Amino acid sequence: MAGTKAASKRGRSRTSKKTDSSNAPATPDPKEFSKEQELEAYREMLLIRRFEEKAGQLYGMGLIGGFCHLYIGQEAVVVGMQMALEDGDQVITGYRDHGHMLATGMEARGVMAELTGRQGGYSRGKGGSMHMFSKEKEFYGGHGIVAAQVPLGTGLAFANKYRDNGKVSVAYFGDGAVNQGQVYESFNMAKLWHLPVIYVIENNKYGMGTSVTRASAVTELCRRGQSFDIPGIQVDGMDARAVNAAGELAAEHARGGSGPMILEMVTYRYRGHSMSDPAKYRSKEEVQKMRSEHDPIEQVKNRLLEKKWASEDEIKAIDKEVREIVNDAAEFAQSDPEPDPSELWTDVYRETAEAAE
Amino acid sequence: MPIEILMPALSPTMEEGKLAKWTVKEGDTISAGDVIAEIETDKATMEVEAVDEGKIGKILIEEGTDGVKVNTPIAVIVADGEDASDIQSAPSTNGASAPASAKEDSAPEPAAEKKEAAPVPAAPKVEAAEDPDIPEGTEMVDMTVREALRDAMAEEMRASDDVFVMGEEVAEYQGAYKITQGLLDEFGPRRVIDTPITEHGFAGLGVGAAFAGLRPIVEFMTFNFAMQAMDQIINSAAKTLYMAGGQMGCPIVFRGPNGAAARVAAQHSQDYASWYSHIPGLKVVMPYSAADAKGLLKSAIRDPNPVIFLENEILYGQTFQVPKLDDFTIPIGKARIARKGDGATIVSFGIGMTYALKAAEELAGEGIDCEVIDLRTLRPMDIDTVIASVKKTGRCVTVEEGWPQNSIGSDISARLMENAFDYLDAPVIRIAGKDVPMPYAANLEKLALPSVAEVVAAVKKVAYAD
Repeated sequence: MAGTKAASKRGRSRTSKKTDSSNAPATPDPKEFSKEQELEAYREMLLIRRFEEKAGQLYGMGLIGGFCHLYIGQEAVVVGMQMALEDGDQVITGYRDHGHMLATGMEARGVMAELTGRQGGYSRGKGGSMHMFSKEKEFYGGHGIVAAQVPLGTGLAFANKYRDNGKVSVAYFGDGAVNQGQVYESFNMAKLWHLPVIYVIENNKYGMGTSVTRASAVTELCRRGQSFDIPGIQVDGMDARAVNAAGELAAEHARGGSGPMILEMVTYRYRGHSMSDPAKYRSKEEVQKMRSEHDPIEQVKNRLLEKKWASEDEIKAIDKEVREIVNDAAEFAQSDPEPDPSELWTDVYRETAEAAE
Repeated sequence: MPIEILMPALSPTMEEGKLAKWTVKEGDTISAGDVIAEIETDKATMEVEAVDEGKIGKILIEEGTDGVKVNTPIAVIVADGEDASDIQSAPSTNGASAPASAKEDSAPEPAAEKKEAAPVPAAPKVEAAEDPDIPEGTEMVDMTVREALRDAMAEEMRASDDVFVMGEEVAEYQGAYKITQGLLDEFGPRRVIDTPITEHGFAGLGVGAAFAGLRPIVEFMTFNFAMQAMDQIINSAAKTLYMAGGQMGCPIVFRGPNGAAARVAAQHSQDYASWYSHIPGLKVVMPYSAADAKGLLKSAIRDPNPVIFLENEILYGQTFQVPKLDDFTIPIGKARIARKGDGATIVSFGIGMTYALKAAEELAGEGIDCEVIDLRTLRPMDIDTVIASVKKTGRCVTVEEGWPQNSIGSDISARLMENAFDYLDAPVIRIAGKDVPMPYAANLEKLALPSVAEVVAAVKKVAYAD
């Protein structure tokens, strides 16, 4: 726990950097973002934040059903990582997946309409919050079983190596998933076969309501690959630049044939585990402290203003544009019809080539 | 007193083997642990060690002899002071007889038990019945199920670089049951991949590779071990196409031996036919003959959906006629009428067919002509063929090795109630494995599995001929 606290409290301080202490490289310095990169990071993170706030609102109105896990607070992780990837690199994650979808470029409308279970949703209303995919954007889900995406993402990397296509896959999972056995089965094969996969552990400090210290014997999760000689580094997951630098390092490592790397992103979710979680297991002060001192979006905004890369008005214009996208998505998600009853029976099987002829 | 050395069983299902080579000759003195011979089974060549010491008095089976049955005396050891002339007085088969022990390099299962324990009847040679999937006049060749499966994989791997096979011991060891024999040599380690013992992990990895568009064949050493991987098979492979609104499919084959082998007890003897057949999104295939094994495995590999391909260890070594065609496939989802008749319908699949066909043969002698249907595919199930037959015969008996509750037979029975109730002249009877974990003892194992006699009795009952 000391490690995770240190990293998040001291943020960019070099002395806080944790690695798995074996063959791991040091945590790289945060990337010096250009003006364009800062603006991109700001806009992308804000889109996720506003989208999730709206999703929470629609959930409260009874328009979204079932489980709904919001990504608010963790935006820097997926945005910083996505900025480190190349076209064709694949992304896969668990059930807290709205942010990942938006970051890979999936349309807010299609994601929101899936949340409301409408025909214009990415899965035509049949997947819901936890199960969305986009072959076009190389987003492979959206998986509802904790840690299932880890072997799946390793399989995507296997396919890349098999095809020798130079692509990298990123498998995101949380501090709850790190204790599942299949994670280590995957680590073993990934290292054994030098698969180009980046394991991003989003350590938001709570697996549902259980803090990482109550669930994990070793809480420096970047060390979880040590038995397999997989290098791991701990990263300030609230700083998009730190995430981006680590992401670039890992992508280069994987693309260069050196196999997997583990990036432990120390981050924080502001909301409960799901919409039905009041988050009584932590204090209001703890949450407030993270929001006021480490908010990933505020950090970028302040830098933009400090460096005079954007004026207050320009920032407001971005905010307005993002709100419009989200409002449009919410409107679409409410006006779009539910799937046709015939959809109940489609997509159970894909037609065989012979049957399709 | 002279001691007989008996032909050892080198695997739970071995019935006979070839005495490939003697490494000792008559008159040689041997100690326990000395290698005395090499024996070839259809799976492997193994060394046989002496378990007693003494002198080789007489070699009873010449090297190079094929088809030596397990427990046949192959040589006699004499003690000091004895010679070959004492052999006549050797006891034939009693406690003093010592089966030789055999060792195989890192054998996947303990080399051990006698094959007589396996209660399954051998494949009757009635397999020449007309088959709509095989063009008339096609040349037929004898082939074991094992070879048919191997050929199916090899042909599909030649046809597409996207097809690869992975699993425990599939490459360098040539397959725990030798189904992947020779594939490593032909296709190399990129496409024939030995995995660690990590079913949950490599099943999930295979599914991920299929999401990316490859066509993995994932071998489970046995389906008993696939329970470790159940979540990835059901939640990831079977459901993703639906959850993705049709965007992302999972073209993968999970294959391996399923059900009881011989004397491997409860944890290694489970039939998963009804488990997998419960799941929408999966296709489930369970072939009986070598021709079906080949034609259906090729179709399974080409299928854009996840296919569970349930094989059977006891059938691996059995020989059937397989059409000699460049590209022989059998469509998934079509049953086959293995024997025509109008007295009663027997529905079975996989190894259950061995009981069904034997029973039908016996019943024919008693004047009841059974129609025997081999389902071949359990999902999607060709229930129309079953209904059509029952409308003709008015009677139905189902046969399978799995447990009776929620069995394939239960489902057929229900569907016949729904679709052919007015045609039934007797209640459907399910012949299934007994509702107990598989016992180890030879007699109990035999009791736990279905028998030809049970099938015969059931048919007589539905035909009111008992």
